[in-house]
Amino acid sequence: MPTDVTIDAPRGDTVRGKSRAHQQDAWFRVLCFSAAMVLMATLAGLIVSLAIGGWPALSKFGLGFFTSSEWNPVTDNYGAAGPIIGTLVTAFLAMVIALPLAVGISVFLVEFCPAWIARPVGMAVELLAGIPSIVYGMWGLFVLAPWFAAHVQVPIMMHAAPGSFMDRWFSGVPNGANIFTASLILAIMVLPYIATVFRELLLSIPPYLREAAYGMGATPYEVVGNIMLPYIKRSAIGAVMLGLGRALGETMAVTFIIGNSHDLPNSLFASGSTIASTIANEFTEATGDMHISALIALGFVLFLITFVVLAAARLLIGRERV
Amino acid sequence: MIFNESQALTETVMHAPPPEERVLDVRGLDFFYGKNQALYGVDLPVARNQITALIGPSGCGKSTLLRTLNRIYDLYPGQRAAGEILFNGENLLGTGDGGGGDLARLRSRIGMVFQRPTPFPMSIYDNIAFGVRLQRNVGKAEMNEIVERSLTRAALWDEVKDKLDKSGLGLSGGQQQRLCVARGIAVEPEILLLDEPASALDPLSTAKLETALVELKSSLTIVIVTHNLQQAARISDHTGFMLLGRLVEFRPSSEAFLKPETQAMRDYVTGRYG
Repeated sequence: MPTDVTIDAPRGDTVRGKSRAHQQDAWFRVLCFSAAMVLMATLAGLIVSLAIGGWPALSKFGLGFFTSSEWNPVTDNYGAAGPIIGTLVTAFLAMVIALPLAVGISVFLVEFCPAWIARPVGMAVELLAGIPSIVYGMWGLFVLAPWFAAHVQVPIMMHAAPGSFMDRWFSGVPNGANIFTASLILAIMVLPYIATVFRELLLSIPPYLREAAYGMGATPYEVVGNIMLPYIKRSAIGAVMLGLGRALGETMAVTFIIGNSHDLPNSLFASGSTIASTIANEFTEATGDMHISALIALGFVLFLITFVVLAAARLLIGRERV
Repeated sequence: MIFNESQALTETVMHAPPPEERVLDVRGLDFFYGKNQALYGVDLPVARNQITALIGPSGCGKSTLLRTLNRIYDLYPGQRAAGEILFNGENLLGTGDGGGGDLARLRSRIGMVFQRPTPFPMSIYDNIAFGVRLQRNVGKAEMNEIVERSLTRAALWDEVKDKLDKSGLGLSGGQQQRLCVARGIAVEPEILLLDEPASALDPLSTAKLETALVELKSSLTIVIVTHNLQQAARISDHTGFMLLGRLVEFRPSSEAFLKPETQAMRDYVTGRYG
């Protein structure tokens, strides 16, 4: 094709003309930029309005807002230590319960499971993620809590000597609505997220690495424990952080089953509250300005906690790419 | 296809080493990927302390054959082998096998190096120590010795001795591959299988690897799959030529490349095929 000159033509010197392409490019860039800016503005607006709304409470109670567990709408006195501790403890406990399960599920699905079971189990895990949280909450309140009270709390109450370890950490009103059952529900809720990400990570391990490990004479346990899990470790931490973020903010299910007490929980089986459950419970009934401000301040704190968790996740995931 | 199957079958030439020299003796091996048969009645005698090269066009089954020898194919459901693979007289495909522990033991005696370098995500030192620790408890001093000896024998020691605690992933491709060889020989296997180990390496790295392999002959047996005929001619003692899932010609390498007896191998070696 000796006549085909466009191939050899210098770049930009095309039929369309240089300036028009440039213009298009510029517009496109502006559009994408504004889309990103809208998001940033929304985020900033959210932070600012939470800070402004919560400021009266934060400035009035100062550090006491975080250290006092005296949350009393009647006297207009607000200390949020109970909900803050409750949020951290339930989210942390949920991760402690969910993490080993997620590792077990994902390793089983990827490494040991025959193909005909892997599909249904994988689908069940994904289905768990799709169930609305209010269903978990209902199940927790009507099924888990009564069972837990009758078969775990009451026996412990009957047998634990007063002042013993069991009595100290595992006592509480035997109604099944407490920090621990809330954590259990949370664990079930974050489990599918973590397990699914873990499974994807394990599947992304190059097959030759697996073969090489088996080729060294390693048993499946050694291959999984020494090669595969360390290989995905960094990304897995990111997945855990995202699960933690979800556990921190989960509202409906927790509100159902945590017992909604603002006291500082004194045992794992004590009723408590989280930031999200407190806001959900009280927002409609908050009449005083200070009450509303305290709730908004709570939202601000939750925002900060979640932000720190997600930022940590980004940092850890980002570092692996380098 | 130039050859039909019956032609390839009838024209088979075997100049096998005597039975008492064989550490591995494959007899009548069939291999299946699900319903697809990949190997047809392959016989492969592997002589002790020698290098046996497998050559042939892509898809002829040479890698498949290699992967049966340490039963790495067992990782994948649906892949199966039938026939006999005698390892020191014991059939690897016998009915008595099965447990993961048995296979792990087998694979520590028959090591494997893959086409792509496969350093584990850990330090250079630990890459070598990993396999050794799987076998037995080793003291610090002895482990240091094993690491140094293995790296030296794989012709890598001088290049990495100052950065043993650095990640194995930071090495160049050629260095990674020699690290994998060092890792493979650290557990002192009887046989080392290599699946096109130099296909991703530059000529200098390839030369270093080949030198290492020839020097390893004194202590172990090597089976190597290669696309590089010169490489096979340079380093191997025996050469097996495969085509369409069959071993067509097996001879000492000194003669195999000079005057191939089968038409198929003659065409392949002279570049008219594959």
